[in-house]
Amino acid sequence: MDLIFSAIDVLARWDVMLALLVGAVGGVAIGAIPGVGPAVAIAILLPATFSMDPIVGLTLLLGIYGSSMYGGSIPAILINTPGTAVNALTTYDGFPMTLRGEGRRALSLAYSASFLGGLFSVICLIFLSPVLAKIAPMFGSREIFLAALLGLVLVVVAHKGQMAIAAALAGFGILIGTVGLEPAAYTRRFTFGQSWLAGGLDLIVVVLGLFALSQAFLLLTMDDEKIRLPRSRGSLFQGFRELARHPRVAAISASFGVVMGMVPGVGEFTAQFMSYTSARKLSKNPKAFGHGSSEGLIASEAANNAVPAAAMIPLLALGIPGEALTAMMLSVFYVHNVVPGPGLFQNDMDFVVALYIALLVLNVIVVGFLLVSTGWLVHLARIPNRFLGMCILLLSFVGVYSIRNSTMDCIIAAVFGLLGFVLKRLNMPIVPIILGMVLGGIMEVKLRASLARVKTPLDFIDRPIAFLLFCVILIILGSTIWRVWREWRPVDRRSMQKKASNTFAKRISGRSHRHFENRKKQQRRRRFYDHVGS
Amino acid sequence: MDNSELLQVKTKSSGQVVFVVAGLIVTLVLLSQIGNQTEWTDKARNIGSQPRLWPAIALITMLAGFAIHYRLMRRRKPNALDWVEARRWAEPLEYLLWFLVYVAAVPRLGFMPMSIVFACALTYRLGYRTRLAVGIAALFAIAMVVLFKGMLGVSIPGAQVYEFLPDSIRTFFLVYL
Repeated sequence: MDLIFSAIDVLARWDVMLALLVGAVGGVAIGAIPGVGPAVAIAILLPATFSMDPIVGLTLLLGIYGSSMYGGSIPAILINTPGTAVNALTTYDGFPMTLRGEGRRALSLAYSASFLGGLFSVICLIFLSPVLAKIAPMFGSREIFLAALLGLVLVVVAHKGQMAIAAALAGFGILIGTVGLEPAAYTRRFTFGQSWLAGGLDLIVVVLGLFALSQAFLLLTMDDEKIRLPRSRGSLFQGFRELARHPRVAAISASFGVVMGMVPGVGEFTAQFMSYTSARKLSKNPKAFGHGSSEGLIASEAANNAVPAAAMIPLLALGIPGEALTAMMLSVFYVHNVVPGPGLFQNDMDFVVALYIALLVLNVIVVGFLLVSTGWLVHLARIPNRFLGMCILLLSFVGVYSIRNSTMDCIIAAVFGLLGFVLKRLNMPIVPIILGMVLGGIMEVKLRASLARVKTPLDFIDRPIAFLLFCVILIILGSTIWRVWREWRPVDRRSMQKKASNTFAKRISGRSHRHFENRKKQQRRRRFYDHVGS
Repeated sequence: MDNSELLQVKTKSSGQVVFVVAGLIVTLVLLSQIGNQTEWTDKARNIGSQPRLWPAIALITMLAGFAIHYRLMRRRKPNALDWVEARRWAEPLEYLLWFLVYVAAVPRLGFMPMSIVFACALTYRLGYRTRLAVGIAALFAIAMVVLFKGMLGVSIPGAQVYEFLPDSIRTFFLVYL
């Protein structure tokens, strides 16, 4: 109880409350504009938070992170365009409800499910904190190395169908993290004799390039879309009553969000897809999923909103970010010389609990704000794409230039912006680059420290947590290789013409086969009748 | 549709081969330079302290990733559509140039004036040519400068041109605009 009071004491400041309010309102608005998203907003705001207290800066960024998904559900439900990437599944059931004239019911369900997911997650974490405080000190260098490796393995494995390219991009992230003067032997790596590369590539510059500038380029080269906002009836409060009729779906989905959020490298997508699938399996009416099912909407929204609070666990307890947004937040800690990890849980538990309470308050503010502002938030989706691109381009400059007032940083960010643009056009993942950059650096430092204390390779995993993590990595790698091996089919590389002619020949042969079969049957029948007739 | 299908992301096919082959070439070039660009020192206490270890791990991962992706691709020879897509990657170069001109102009001519000029000019270039659209762009630029430089105090230095202003207003311009 004392801990909660001291955490409230940390939060009871006007600047923290203002940051929470601005983060909540700003996050919802950013989420409601398709094409911006929390990653762009956090990347742009990141340098501005360096001049703030860690709790103020983190509250602002957490506010944006936690509330953007609420806002993202508005265009997902009303115009079939997800406001943030994680709201893609919301369109499956939200938009069909809008087409039936139940848009407000769908919005209300999304808000209430998100609220429940967020609340459930924070409550779980507050109760888990004492356990985490006991477990976190058991993580030494080798355990943190293995946990970071697990995060990297998971981020690759999570990109199903793109695992090879995700691995290549994670490798690229590790490589750009090594550029510059290395701190152990003070030698230069991949600087090509250029002094501007000696200091290495700044994470925030790379993040701003890959997320913000690439998005600006993408929007600037897009066409504007005409958006027609549908009319809908109903109360925004009815979803809260309806949610009470599906407690099992809501609880399971929120639990998936918490568990998946805690695992580094997994995140919202896996959480919501798993909760959606389980909700469909458990439902009495699985056929309604994808056609405006309230259970489907609850499953996707409750799961994705439970993730932000849970994603803070590996970051705060081990200093390992599980995704791009928490990787960005890690830099706020480093700038203020607050080192997230076991020490934070031991020495600054009130700070950790303060962040959880901030998330709790955030959810209440967001729902209150949405209930009164949904009507005008909908119109944010009408901002033309290219105009939005111009705004992001300007804001990206503020983000990059304010770090070191360096023109070279802006050029580097522009190059990464171009790379991000290409990756986005090819639908390839960007997150592995960021996680490779952050986790690669952590792994290098921790491996160096831990190898100094082991004599034989087996000593590396002689502690229970290290052994457990090692086994988990082996199981994930083994099961992935096994699954890929079983599902592997030789790739059909024939040209389109050859393939088409082959298919046509098959169809014809099938038809001729059927044709002759029918003829034979007719002849047999005729013979039979002939025979009967005779 | 099962869970695995929901999680599967489809990579766009056109342009993919160009990107993957370019990635492979860059990786091979970097790998060939690893001897010159990194060191293998005898002073290192263990393999974890070797400066070359992590760049090597990164490059081998990249090489393996790109090579496996290339091996699994349905089409390994680029066709006309691939080159059309590759040409589209050059489209943002114009906006990249706009961005770099803005970067070069701000320290000389000022954050506020250049933001207004840049926002209005780019809005006009994008085809929003009504007074309202250009006005909104100017308002956005002013709001951005006031918020970030005036209120949040982000570090963007005052312009060289402000040095010519009278003493009474110079400090205000240097600090807030």
